[in-house]
Amino acid sequence: MPQIKIKSINAFYEKLHVLKNIELNVSKGEIVSLIGPSGSGKSSLLKMLVGLLIPKSGKIYLNENLVNFKNQSDLRTIREQIAIVFQQYNLFQNMNVLKNVCIAPTKIQKRDPKEVNEQALNLLEKVGLKDKLKSYPDELSGGQQQRVAIARALCLNPQILLLDEITSALDPELVKEVLDSIRLLASEGMTMLIVSHEMNFVKEVSSRVVFMDEGSIIEINNPRNIFEKPKEKRTLDFVSKILKEK
Amino acid sequence: MGYTLVYTQVLEFLPYLIKGAWISLQIAILAFFGGMFFGLILATVRTFGNNISNKIVICYVTFFTNTPQLVQIYFLFFALPEFGILLSPYIAVLLGMTLNAAAYLCEIQRAGFLSIRQNELDAAKTLNFSLFQQVKYVILPHIMRVLFPPLSNHYIIMTLGTSMAAIFGVEELTGRAFNINSETFRSVEIFSITALIYIVITFIATFLLAIIGRYFFKAKIRIIQ
Amino acid sequence: MERLIEEIPNFFTIWNVIFLAKAMGVTFLLTAIGCLVGFSVGGLLAIFRKTKSIYLLPLRIFIVIYTEIFRRVPFLVSLLLFFYVFQIIKISDDLFLIATITVCIIATAYIGEIIRSGIESINQTQWDAATAMNFTYYQTLREVIFPQAWKVILPPAFGFFIMFIKDTALASQIGVMELTFAAKILNNKGFSPLLSFGTILILYFILSFPLDRFGKYMERKLASNKN
Repeated sequence: MPQIKIKSINAFYEKLHVLKNIELNVSKGEIVSLIGPSGSGKSSLLKMLVGLLIPKSGKIYLNENLVNFKNQSDLRTIREQIAIVFQQYNLFQNMNVLKNVCIAPTKIQKRDPKEVNEQALNLLEKVGLKDKLKSYPDELSGGQQQRVAIARALCLNPQILLLDEITSALDPELVKEVLDSIRLLASEGMTMLIVSHEMNFVKEVSSRVVFMDEGSIIEINNPRNIFEKPKEKRTLDFVSKILKEK
Repeated sequence: MGYTLVYTQVLEFLPYLIKGAWISLQIAILAFFGGMFFGLILATVRTFGNNISNKIVICYVTFFTNTPQLVQIYFLFFALPEFGILLSPYIAVLLGMTLNAAAYLCEIQRAGFLSIRQNELDAAKTLNFSLFQQVKYVILPHIMRVLFPPLSNHYIIMTLGTSMAAIFGVEELTGRAFNINSETFRSVEIFSITALIYIVITFIATFLLAIIGRYFFKAKIRIIQ
Repeated sequence: MERLIEEIPNFFTIWNVIFLAKAMGVTFLLTAIGCLVGFSVGGLLAIFRKTKSIYLLPLRIFIVIYTEIFRRVPFLVSLLLFFYVFQIIKISDDLFLIATITVCIIATAYIGEIIRSGIESINQTQWDAATAMNFTYYQTLREVIFPQAWKVILPPAFGFFIMFIKDTALASQIGVMELTFAAKILNNKGFSPLLSFGTILILYFILSFPLDRFGKYMERKLASNKN
């Protein structure tokens, strides 16, 4: 039984057709990576899953329940179960690290502040930021901000975590610390959808890899095959080009 | 209530009012360009001048931006005759508005000067641009793009400010509304029509400025905020 | 000039000083009430202007028309229009009240615009993050947007406070006993215009200058904090 079932989804930004007939199932505990050139619709797909982009047609089932994107309470439900980490971290600039992590669980999910605080401290320790609790986002490096963003997403206790090019804005030396945090999560069995340009990382953690181009899914394959013997020529072109660049 | 709005009588005066609007525009445009000119001199002194001239400009700007334009014009109109300088209402208003505008436009233009980035100039120099070419291709386009929106904004504020002229008996749009009011006593009708004409002329101005800004200076001005 | 020096002791009598102080109070009060109301109601307008709900569309259209109108009609004309409207509907003939209402209506339009552009200055990423975590529109504004936007809103807001101090001079035209009207009365009583108008120019300056400095100081401070 797939945890997320995406059926013939089409979505637009203004007039731009960013998602074309997307079909994808993700099972519980799976780590699915989305690769493809920029503008291929990977990020749009993630944004749609948290209702930041409303699909024009098609269906999405979350745990077998059809999501009605026009219904606010349905949107609330998917956002409760799916958390997203953005490429630009999107930390709240007016809050310190701890507040960034705690605000949604306490104010929105109305959980016990004490319990949330404890969990937040745990998570921040896990991502190695226990000594930065009172710092503001603009006092942190990109890698540190991104790890706060990961802790913030996890503190919502999501079933599914979406990671949108979380390393692309980081300097190479910072990439490792962020990826280490993700590896840890992967080993704990969290369902994840990852948009990434780090092909080695994708190869290492993914259960399946999805190649997208111009808004469509071109190929879904296991990580070994997609890099070594892809079924589609477009995949081969993309993969060989990107591996050559490394 | 017992009062019904009757516009027919007032509408007869529409051509008279529109001619008044023309005079308002004249005052606004003359004062604006006068203010631009004086403001440019002040901004130049402020940017390149010595300590004393700098202080004088700061005092000028501080005084004119912290006191009402209306009282400044009162002062010119009523106090200058004590020194034997008699100004006609039109000239007093024009002079007052120009001096006032100079203070604001000095600040705006100075901000434009300060926004020129050294690295752009360096880039132009390394490309062997002459001074004239630097001004033409780098400095002016940059300054105009930065300056155009606040200047346009100030022009609209000045257009509205011209209504003060009515207080001194200048027969521009508001002045003519005063005239019709004392003749017909259809006050609400007259001043609502007058308000409408101001809305129309400032909209036309914003529209034209937006087009000029977009095509000549790549400056974005929204017609409706 | 000699006449002027002779006149000064006669001008600054206790009666005149109290008269001017009261007028200065009226000028200040008009501005302060206008700005307070302008800030609260203008803030509400800005908040509703950014809503997305289709049901609030008429309200959004109303807000756009309202702000466009009152930012495109001269203060003097609005003031006279309200003055005569009040005469017709006969709710009140209190001139101070009429002037206050006009100032409030115009301040609301201007400050509403300042607050709206303050809200718009906050990066979309902040909205996305809040929305993805199930913040409602109002929660996002309260917890995330306003705590950041006030730094963008305050400097131009101070600019408009100062503008209003000066614009209230026009209230003299309908006979509100504020500074400019007081000067006209003194002038009509035979005091020299140089003295009457010169004095209130200084009084206006005293009201406006500290605000001007404070606004500029804050602008500098907030700008340097950002980097």
